[in-house]
Amino acid sequence: MGVRLLTNYYETASVILFSIGFATLFLHRNLIKKIIGLNIAETAVYLYFVAKGYITGRAAPIIAGGIQEADAYVNPVPTGLILTGIVISVSVTAFALALIVKIYKQYETLDLDEIMILAGKEEEG
Amino acid sequence: MKMQNKPVGRGWVNWKTKHGKPAFRRLYAALSVVTCLSFACVLLFMVSALPPFGDPGNPAFNEVPRKYIEEGVQDTGALNIVAGMILDYRAFDTFAEACVLFTAAAAVLILLRSDGPLSAFDSLIQEMEDPRPNVILMQTASLLVPIILLFGCYVILNGHLSPGGGFSGGAILGAALILYASAYGTKRARRFIHYNVLRRTIALCLYFYALAKGYAFYAGANGIDAGIPKGTPGALFSAGLIPLLNIAVGLAVACVVYLFYILFSTGEFR
Repeated sequence: MGVRLLTNYYETASVILFSIGFATLFLHRNLIKKIIGLNIAETAVYLYFVAKGYITGRAAPIIAGGIQEADAYVNPVPTGLILTGIVISVSVTAFALALIVKIYKQYETLDLDEIMILAGKEEEG
Repeated sequence: MKMQNKPVGRGWVNWKTKHGKPAFRRLYAALSVVTCLSFACVLLFMVSALPPFGDPGNPAFNEVPRKYIEEGVQDTGALNIVAGMILDYRAFDTFAEACVLFTAAAAVLILLRSDGPLSAFDSLIQEMEDPRPNVILMQTASLLVPIILLFGCYVILNGHLSPGGGFSGGAILGAALILYASAYGTKRARRFIHYNVLRRTIALCLYFYALAKGYAFYAGANGIDAGIPKGTPGALFSAGLIPLLNIAVGLAVACVVYLFYILFSTGEFR
């Protein structure tokens, strides 16, 4: 089992990176740092996908020299999927940051706990 | 008097303000670390059961990528298999992707647009909008912006022949515009890229994409000859609609990226 963890080192690294991003999402109270954690986790997923598409010794999927055998190129499908993923993550990040700007204008803090207390006070009063 | 005795906030916030934040925070941190570690352990077990990295017998390499590689050039005319895949086989997926980007730009616009009287925060931002001119930044930008723009155009136009395409080239173009705006101020950038230009370019690109690809799919599904020449694979003008779609996507992405920068830096849209 342990041997496979070392041969699949890209996947292992992506799992560790994902956990770091996930922990950042949980542990930081600053909203911007939460978004950074989310982006780290997303990057880990991209690394995982692209690593699954790689095949040792084969070229990038761009036809060169008229060679059209499937055994000459790596898998193009994960690359295409991840292109979509990157665009979605940019959109989500921009939207989240815009919401954070609005929250900062309202409460003048980025600390989630303080925002919750202020929101609670607002609801009461 | 009654208001002062009344506890503030909702359930867990109340508990926290009464019994002290540190206890709650320590418990929360411990729980989240345990959750993340157990999650990582489960995923590491999964990784240890995966097929070896870089193995040709990997089950992900099935008949789908095989068909794309073996028949992609004949079907789409693009040497870059990924470009042929995302702009021909799965073109509507990419269209929806561009629409998501457009929707995000619209949502950011709605959230950050400032109308009505300016608050203290807004006026502070406006003071920062056009900072003192920085000679080093301006000189570097005047050297680099044309080169970066040219490189972005190259990446977009060669999207069907080499690595790159609409999304990456558009991001490069957007980066050049952002560099210009941050060096010379958004007021000067507004002289040649007005907000309306950005808005119309994005909408026009999406319309063009939807109509062109809708026509191609309709013709293809009904067995009508669409009349789109494929050209010789490897030439700059080849691969049917793919270069045009790459240009549309690239312009839309460049405009959205620049629009994000303008909205976040000045919060204005006029």
